[in-house]
Amino acid sequence: MSEALIDTDRIMEILESVPDPEIPVISIVDLGIVRRVEETEEGLEIDLSPTYSGCPALDVIPILVREALAEHEISNVKIRNVISPPWSTDWISEEGLAKLNAFGITPPHRSTDAQSQLPLEERDITCPQCGSNNTNLVSRFGSTPCKAAFQCKDCLEPFDYFKCH
Amino acid sequence: MKDDLIKYILHLADNNLILGQRNAEWCGHGPVLEQDIALTNISLDLIGQARLLYQYAAELKGGESTEDTLAYLRTEREYLNVLLVEQPNGNWGDTIMRQFLYDAFNYFNYKALETSSDTQLAAIAAKSIKEVSYHLRFSSEWVVRLGDGTEESRDKMISAVNDLWKYTGEMFQATSYENSIKGAGISPDLGDIHSKWEEKVKEVLVEATIPVPSSPWMQNGGKKGIHSEHMGFILTELQYVQRTYPNLQW
Repeated sequence: MSEALIDTDRIMEILESVPDPEIPVISIVDLGIVRRVEETEEGLEIDLSPTYSGCPALDVIPILVREALAEHEISNVKIRNVISPPWSTDWISEEGLAKLNAFGITPPHRSTDAQSQLPLEERDITCPQCGSNNTNLVSRFGSTPCKAAFQCKDCLEPFDYFKCH
Repeated sequence: MKDDLIKYILHLADNNLILGQRNAEWCGHGPVLEQDIALTNISLDLIGQARLLYQYAAELKGGESTEDTLAYLRTEREYLNVLLVEQPNGNWGDTIMRQFLYDAFNYFNYKALETSSDTQLAAIAAKSIKEVSYHLRFSSEWVVRLGDGTEESRDKMISAVNDLWKYTGEMFQATSYENSIKGAGISPDLGDIHSKWEEKVKEVLVEATIPVPSSPWMQNGGKKGIHSEHMGFILTELQYVQRTYPNLQW
């Protein structure tokens, strides 16, 4: 009964409370994977995009979404996994980028930034701890599929860089 | 033609699943932590891509088929992966060389599939190519690092490429199911993929100071379901849980 009154802004607000399971500092909305929210006659439809096709968070996110909506007594939900067009780090919100940096993960360059076109080891990757650009690629693959491992040569801290994708 | 399309999708999915499974054997055994993580990350991507393909194949097949029944409950002869991906891990250099030879194929193949007349295959290719470009860069760098490295690492890379070379030809030999769907613009022209692959492989091997093998004899069979002796062992491990506890769910 109450479901007819749902507006999509309210749904987006609820989804903003759903954290990415692997990088809980940002929400799935900040991450740019919520592609469509629509109230239809059959219920609520949500399209989500995977970041990496094998990301272990892939199966967890729809469960978290259902849980969050259930708390607001919204249960008639259809979630689709949409791969086209493929997700891009350009879809991460400005706020999302700032949150990543504050959490200690250097955010990805925008694809419009010439830096994003350079090989990873030649890019200016700023240390999220001390702000130095004197950093070094340790490994192309980091703790999750979306990140690469770096180390700062000034403060010596290791850190993750969110790869452009 | 639908059956041929399903076979083709399974061929692509099986390539990724079996190489993903092989690389996963390195988990906990990599030469250093970073490379252990790198290979398992590549496995994740490959298995993720395989899932997208199995889901699509299951949808086309209909009935009781799911991505899981296709991945876990077929018999050896029903798997259509190339022989290259089922070859044993060997040493780190063997694994890297196998990865490189396959990445170069996977990259150009997905690149071509992005314009496939089959929109779902095109979408999967567009999604996957971002990941595979990264794999190819990683494996190319390692081939150069080891080939143009110490005398010992160079020797190992030369013997790796010489051992694996005979399994590369099959990737470019079209099967009946590929020929059947090629006319409709679904699958790419393998001759074209072959020349691009060859150019890339030569470029990297030359930089790595590794002689490009010239032996013309090629082994085949995998794409038609005729596998090497290694395949049964891979499936034994891959399918163990589903065979022992049928329908088990996490």
